[in-house]
This record gives sequence, C-alpha cells and structure tokens, in this order.
Amino acid sequence: MSGPALVLVAVVAVLFAAGFELLMQRSLIRVVVGFMLLGHGANLLLLIAGGAAGAPPLLGGPHRGRRMADPLPQAMALTAIVITFGVTAFLLALAYRSQLLLGEDEVQDDIEDRRVRAERRRRDELRAEDADPVEEGEAEGGGG
Amino acid sequence: MLTLVLAHAVAAVAVPWALGRHRRAMGCAAAVLPAATAAWAVSRAGGGDVTSSLEWAPDLGLAVDFRLDALAVVMLVLVGGVGAVVLCYSAWYFERPERLLTGTLIAFAGAMTGLVLADNLLVLYVFWELTTVSSFILIGAARPDRAADRRAAVEALLTTTAFGLVMLAGFVLVGQSAGTYRISALLADPPGGGAARAGAVLVLLGAFAKSAQVPLHGWLPAAMVAPTPVSAYLHAAAMVKAGVYLVARLAPAFAGDGVWRPMTVAAGLVSLLVGGVIALRQDDLKRLLAYGTVSQLGLLMLLLGDGTRTAALAGAALLLAHGLFKAPLFLAVGVVEHETGTRRADRLSGTGRRLPVLAAAGTAAVASMVGLPPFLGFVAKEAAVKAFAHGGLDAAVLAGVVAGSALTVAYGLRFLHGAFGGAADEAADGGRASEPWGLVVPVAVLAAAGFALGAYPAPVQSLVGPYAAALGPDTGFDLTLWHGFGLPIALSLVALAAGAAVYGAVGRTFPARAVRWRVPDAQRAYDGAVESVLAGAHAVTRRVQIGSLPVYLGVIGGMVLLLPGTALVMALARGDGTAASAGELRGWDEPAQLVLSLVVAGCALAALRSRRRLSSALLLAGVGYGTGGLFVVQGAPDLALTLLVVETLSLIMLVLVLRRLPDRFPPRRRGVPGRIATAATSLALGGFVAAFLLVAALSRTTSPVGPRYARLAAEEGGKNVVNVILDDLRALDTLGEIAVLAVAAIGVVGLVMAGPPPPPDGAAAGSPAKERWLAAPGRPPLAGSSVVLEATARLLGPTILLFSIYLLVAGHGRPGGGFVGGLVAGMAFVLRYLPGGRRELATALPGRPSVLVGGGLALAVAAGASGWASGGAFLHPETLRVSAPWIGDVKASTSLLFDLGVYLLVLGLVATILTTLGAALEEPDAAGTEEWP
Repeated sequence: MSGPALVLVAVVAVLFAAGFELLMQRSLIRVVVGFMLLGHGANLLLLIAGGAAGAPPLLGGPHRGRRMADPLPQAMALTAIVITFGVTAFLLALAYRSQLLLGEDEVQDDIEDRRVRAERRRRDELRAEDADPVEEGEAEGGGG
Repeated sequence: MLTLVLAHAVAAVAVPWALGRHRRAMGCAAAVLPAATAAWAVSRAGGGDVTSSLEWAPDLGLAVDFRLDALAVVMLVLVGGVGAVVLCYSAWYFERPERLLTGTLIAFAGAMTGLVLADNLLVLYVFWELTTVSSFILIGAARPDRAADRRAAVEALLTTTAFGLVMLAGFVLVGQSAGTYRISALLADPPGGGAARAGAVLVLLGAFAKSAQVPLHGWLPAAMVAPTPVSAYLHAAAMVKAGVYLVARLAPAFAGDGVWRPMTVAAGLVSLLVGGVIALRQDDLKRLLAYGTVSQLGLLMLLLGDGTRTAALAGAALLLAHGLFKAPLFLAVGVVEHETGTRRADRLSGTGRRLPVLAAAGTAAVASMVGLPPFLGFVAKEAAVKAFAHGGLDAAVLAGVVAGSALTVAYGLRFLHGAFGGAADEAADGGRASEPWGLVVPVAVLAAAGFALGAYPAPVQSLVGPYAAALGPDTGFDLTLWHGFGLPIALSLVALAAGAAVYGAVGRTFPARAVRWRVPDAQRAYDGAVESVLAGAHAVTRRVQIGSLPVYLGVIGGMVLLLPGTALVMALARGDGTAASAGELRGWDEPAQLVLSLVVAGCALAALRSRRRLSSALLLAGVGYGTGGLFVVQGAPDLALTLLVVETLSLIMLVLVLRRLPDRFPPRRRGVPGRIATAATSLALGGFVAAFLLVAALSRTTSPVGPRYARLAAEEGGKNVVNVILDDLRALDTLGEIAVLAVAAIGVVGLVMAGPPPPPDGAAAGSPAKERWLAAPGRPPLAGSSVVLEATARLLGPTILLFSIYLLVAGHGRPGGGFVGGLVAGMAFVLRYLPGGRRELATALPGRPSVLVGGGLALAVAAGASGWASGGAFLHPETLRVSAPWIGDVKASTSLLFDLGVYLLVLGLVATILTTLGAALEEPDAAGTEEWP
C-alpha cells in the first residue's frame, strides 16, 4: 500500500486550521466560509485516506496502465459535497435572518444564557415580592 | 373493573360537556358514578375476591390487574360514598358552573378507584400519580390568578411526585426481589432480603408524603386554598388516604420484618401529636381541620401499619369514621364561609344561632371525631386503645394515642367554639337566616351516617372484618358500641377530661396567642429545598452554559486535542506502528498536485486575512475550484464535476446574500490573548488532523473494500462504480442524504420567508417585457441588464438542461448521475435568473420548488419501494427490458428512477435557494412569496 502524498496532507491541515479559525469568529459569513473550508478539508481527507491517485473508477475506461482509485470514499465524498451545499444554504439563510432581525450578521451570546447569569439578582427581587403578605391567614402557626 | 375506571374517564369529559350550562344538574349527574361504585362495592362485600386482568405487554410481564377484596371494598365505600355526597354539595356550592373542577373531581374519583382496585404495583403507581396530577388541577384551577393558589398546587405536586418517584424505586426493588409485581402474589409470598426491606422503606416514604405525615405535611395546610368541596374530598376523604391505604395493603407482607413497624409507629405518633398541637393554634378553620387531618392520619398510619388484627380492625373503622366526620366538617366550614364570607374563627360570631341545623350536624361530626359514644369515632377509638393495651413497649404507644385523643378533643372544642360559638350579631343581618339546604343536607347526611354506624356498628364490622381477619387469629374482639367497663373506656374518659382541660388552658382564645418559640416548620423546609435546587441549577447553568458560541467551539476543539490528540502523540512517542511504512511517503503523486495545493492553501490563508465579505467569497471559490482540480488528479471525475458545479452555485448564493450585508466585516473585537488561543487551537487542530491522516493511512492492514464494489457494479451492469454505489449498492445512505437536503430546503424557506405576510400582488408585477431575449424580464438582481447575458441565457438554458439530462442518464456508465445532473439543471435556471430577475425565474421554473423537492423525495422512495413489488428488498433495483420498434431493446433499471428522484430534489433545492435567497431578498419587497404558498 502506498500512503498519501505529503503535499495533500499539508493542504488538508491548512484547510482544517483555517476553517476552524474562521469558525471561531463572530461574523456569520466568516463562519460560513470556515464551514465550507472545513468541508473541503474533510472531503479531501476522505479521498486521500482511500489511497494514492489512480485511474477514474470507470469500468472499461482508459486506464493507461494505472490502478483504479478506490470508489467508496468517492461516493461518500460526493454526497458530502452536496450536503455541505445544502447546509451552507441553510447557514446563509440564518445569516440573512440575523441581519434582518438584529441588523448585523454577528453571532451574539445567547440572550437566555446571559439572562441566567443575571438571574440571581432577579430572583432576589422576586423573593422580596413574595415576602409581602399575599392573603389573610398566611402567617404560619408555629408549634409549641 | 377496567370498565368502571374507563367509565369515570368518559364521565369526566362527558358530564361537564353535556351539562356544563346547568351547574346543579351537572353536579348531581357527576355524583351518580361514584355512588354506583360504592353501591357495587357494598354488593360485592363478603363474597370472594373479584379479579380481572388485561394483558398489556406480556413479554415485559406487564399486565393491568384489578382485584376487589375486603380492603378495596372499604376504600371504595369511602371514595365513592363521600365522593357522591361532595359532588352533590358542589352543585350548590359553586356560584357558576365549574366544568373543569367538576370534570377533574370525577377523574380524580376514577383514579382513586383504580388505585384501590389495582393488583399490580406499577398499575397502582400510575393511578397514584393520576391522583397527584388531578389534585394539582383541583387545588390550582379555581383561582389560578392568585399566587398563593399556584404555589400551593405546585407544592402539593412537587412533594407527592418527588416522593412518588421514591416510592416507584421502592416498588421496583420489591418487585424485582419478589419476582412479581402482582400485589396479591407479594402478600401471599412476601419477599425477604435487604433489597426488599430497602424497597419497603422507600415505599413507606412515598406513603408518608401522600398522607401528609410530619415532616412531609407542609403541602396539606397550604392546599387549603382550594375550594371547599376539593378540600373535603381530597384532603379529608380520599387522596390523603391513599398513603395509609398503601400501608394497610402492604402491612401484612412487611409489618413483621425490619423497620416497617418502627417507621410507621414513629411517623404516626409524631404526626398525631404535632398535628394536634398545631391545630390547637389555628384561627383559620380550614387550616385547623387540615392540621387535625395530619393528626388523624398519623393515628391511621400507626394503626394500619401495625399489622395486627385488632389494630387493623380499629384502623379500617377509623378510616371510614374519619371520612364521615372530617368531610362534613370541611363542608360545614364551606357553608359558614359561603354564608358569612370568612372562615377565620376570630371574625365569626353567632353562626351557630343563625344556622342551627348546620351547627347540630357539625357538632355531631365533632362528637364522632373526639370519640363520644355512640358515634363511629368512639367505636374506632375503643378498638385502637384495645389494640395497644398489652403493656411493654406498646404502653408508650398507648400513652401517645391517649395524648393524641386528648389533643383531638381540645382542637375539636376549639373548632366548635370558633365556628358556631358566640352570641349572634343581631345588628348584622337581623337574626336567623334561612339555611342553604343544598349545602346543609350533605353535611347532615354524612354526620348522621357517622352517628348511625356508631350506634349500630355491625355493618362496619362486616365490611372491615374480612380484611382484619387475614392478619391474625380471631381474638374475639369485634367492633361494638359497648365493651363493658375496662381499660378502653377509662382511657377514653381520661382523654376527654384532659382534652377539655387543655382546651380551657390554651385553646379558647381567638385569635390564638402568639407563640413564644417556633419549631422549624415544614413550609419553610419545603421552600428551602426548592430554593436550593433552583440555586444549584442556576449555579451549574451559569458556569457551564455561558452562551458564547466561540467558547463552545473552543471547548469542542480542545477536547478533540485533549483526548484523541494526546493518545495519538503518546502512541507516536512510543514508536508504535507506522515507522516501518514511513518509507512509502512521497511528496506528491503528480506534479500538478503541487501547483493545485499551492493555489488551495494560498486561497484558504488569504480568506483568513480577508476583511471584505465579497473577497472572502471569491477566495473561497478559489479554494473550491482548486480542490476540484485535486479531485481530477486523484482520479475522481464525478467528484470534481459535482464540486465545480457546487462551487459555482455556492458563489452565486453567497453573492445573492451578500447584497444585503455590508461590504466589510465588522472589526474583530477579541483581545490579543483570545486571538492567540484561537490561533493556537486552530493550528493544533490542523496538525492533529494531518498526523491522524498519516497514521491512519499508514496503519492500514487489510485491503480496502472499495475495489470489491467494482465487481458488484459489473454484476449490476453499471460502469461508473461511484454512481452504482450511490444509486444501487448503498442507495439507503443516499436516500438519507437527500432527505437531509430536503430538510435543509425547508429550513431555508422557513428562515427567509418567515415574517409579515407579503403585500398584495401588484408590486410583484414588475416592468413589462422590454427585450425579446427573455420571456418575462424583470429587474436583474445584481446589476443593470446586459443584452449579452440575456442572449446567452436564452441560448444556453435549454442546452444546459439537455446536458443535465444526459448526465443523469449517462451516470450509469460514465461520469454523471443524479446529484450532478440536478446541480447542472439548477445552473440553467441560475442563468435565467441572473439577467431576468425573479419574474423571469417564475416563468422559467417548471413547477414550484416545494413540489420538486417533495416530488423528488417521493419518487426516490417509490423507486425503492418498487423493490418490494417484485418480491425483493427495499431499494432492490429491478431491470426492465422493453423492445421498442426502430429503437431496439431498451434496458431501464429502477435505480434510474431513484436517480431521477435525486435529480429532481437537487434541482428543487437550487430552485428553493434562488426563490428565497435570490428572489425573495430582492428589493424593494424583500418578503415577497411568489413561489411558495
């Protein structure tokens, strides 16, 4: 078995590193670009994990003496490409929606979670409200 | 019996629905079923057990078992009889028809009936929780706008559900160690061992919470915010009895063993005394009764948990007696509140003079409660004293029972004084009011029943006797009114005298004197527990879920590096594996790879630095085309073809969206340490992936499976192995993947189209046709119109479509297939859209994108299902041979149909993107919905 070409491995490394770096940004378009870079990296990874370059997996085609490339990773990568396309469309729609609602395409901190962080204060206020006499007869009779 | 329970469920819905307008008719109709239940139970009393069983999931040993035995009869008489009376009372109590409350009361009666009849621990648990849920509704539904009501309902729900779960764990322990969940089998052959004992303790905890035993009683007084009929039924007669019922049910199996008896005795005695003492200090009459109930339930727990014959006799009799005196007392408070507007004893005066019949009935009920002859309470208490009159350790219990009786006398007198005592306030309403008979009669009926059964206790004996008889040899002690002079009657007199003295000393003042010292009360314990659970949840959420997406991603990346990454580095450091084959590494297979790799890496790094959105989109396309080139060199023409089309479409899609976004990215706000951390993680991740890839590729020991697919593809008659894998050999994977695409399309539509409805048609009409090249040119989406582009679109569109169909059909033997065919067809419509805008797109599209997506998916599934039609498996391809004149033999496989489905779905996805991200985003009416319904 022959291993993968080093230059392709290097390309995969660059794609993954750049993709993850962009994914960590706050601008949604950068996130989309990072996502697509990761997608390319993953597809390439799938393909070169299947072995060295070879002839196209077409039976009876012109092989020119070369071994046929492994068709299975290609089939996987093909659907992965189309699905990446679909998910990219979804992410772009998200970016558009964010722009529409917030006026910017930045990923915000989750508002709910931020509220949970501020929750302690709010609950203290609530408890103060609850301590007010609600109704007659609420005072608990103690035991003797 | 299943029918009976189901009838309750039907009645709970039907009665309020049918009679909701007439509150009295509704209340009386609701009472019919509980009354019938009680009558049926009485008619069956004395006969043998009645059983019925419904196999539910026989493989799991789950069956819905019901059994009517002596104890169940006693409980049904109580649940059905008191339930019927209370429902009649509610017909007059509520000012307006309370459909929800009435229906839920019937449902509750049904749940209680099921609970009592259940002969399977798990079935019992289900009904147990049904009573909890209906009690939640009953407590909270009358006045959901009041915070106190909501809190009380939640408290009852939380307390009983939490301990219900504890009880379920106990049931599982008991059931597993016994090997059966059938209660009658458990009683016949009680399980031993540590697990069963631990299970019994957990079951007891559940029963204690349900029966409001100290210190789990806090929810019961809080629940007094509920309407009076609910309090009378749930908190006097039925629901709180579920706990003592369960104890009575299981006592024959567990009372002789382990900590059962010490636990029930301790909980019972503490509740008996603490409940009585607190009741003595209440001004609110309902809360007084509630604490009295806690006290009485303690006595019941004590008696029924004991597991001896006399105690069981006394307990079962007291079970009935308690229902017959506590329910009318609650109902009487309801009448007082109904008539005077308050139930606080310190504001009431002279009610007894204005409502003499009610006062008499209330007094009779109190007499039964404190144990005056000839009431049923007296009969039960005599038996209770008798049960513990053996000396030894029982003497302490006996002393506790007598003390509890004395406290009962004291708070009973306090209740009478508070509710009915005092001179009539003549000035207030001018003397005697006419008694509200609809309300008073139920009180009188129940109180009279307590009197009659006390004076003539033989029916009670015949009801409860069979249950007690199972617990031990006949001692000759039966329930009768008069046992002659002896210890019981003497102790009863002591209790009466002591109770009167206590009342005189501390119980007479209204409002009650302020207490000098407080014991930690159950309400605060509950509040504290809830508070600390919430605080714990918030503390965890605050620390774990901080809401920042980059941080979450960083954690994921960090974990990848930490776990598999560290393992990889360690293994490499040890020199495992791959060194031998490292010699196979080479720089490149083909020189072209070097150039293309430089292009891809350069574009990717430039995209990283780019500050403009559009330039990063273009650089991304560069990466894509470069990767496509690498695919070609690698020997994957299908992949390259698909990727090139996808890249083009992605670029167009990005540009369509970028129209609505600012030109430049916002400045990065992250500080230097953050940037360094991000960059370090990304670099490490890239390095990890590369190392992983190398190690994985060099560690291969078995030959790849891929080439085997080539042989299979040859058998199927296809030449393009990749395409045969997609459509045929692994078609189920493909089906899943196109389903993902369909979902993505729906998501895009939802995100873009959600919003205010579009303005009425007219804005969408656009400008009239002005060029002859296009069918319906509108405003181009990106720039001014271009004749060249229009001409190209007109000329190339059909050609591209034809080519896409060629790709689809040729896919079996040459590069092509459904995915790439659909994408290429999509390109044809992109070409029409770009110069012509959305009007042109609407004209050009053959159907709605939604139809294309759904139709494609349906076609693919249908093609798969055709495999069934020919007797094969799902997605098994069928080859059809048709001989046509002139053309010759035509061979068509159903996998071509499957591929056609993929083609249509992908085309639909592209069309969806064009109509949403493209057309719908066009100004001025960004929310137009021309294409989607």
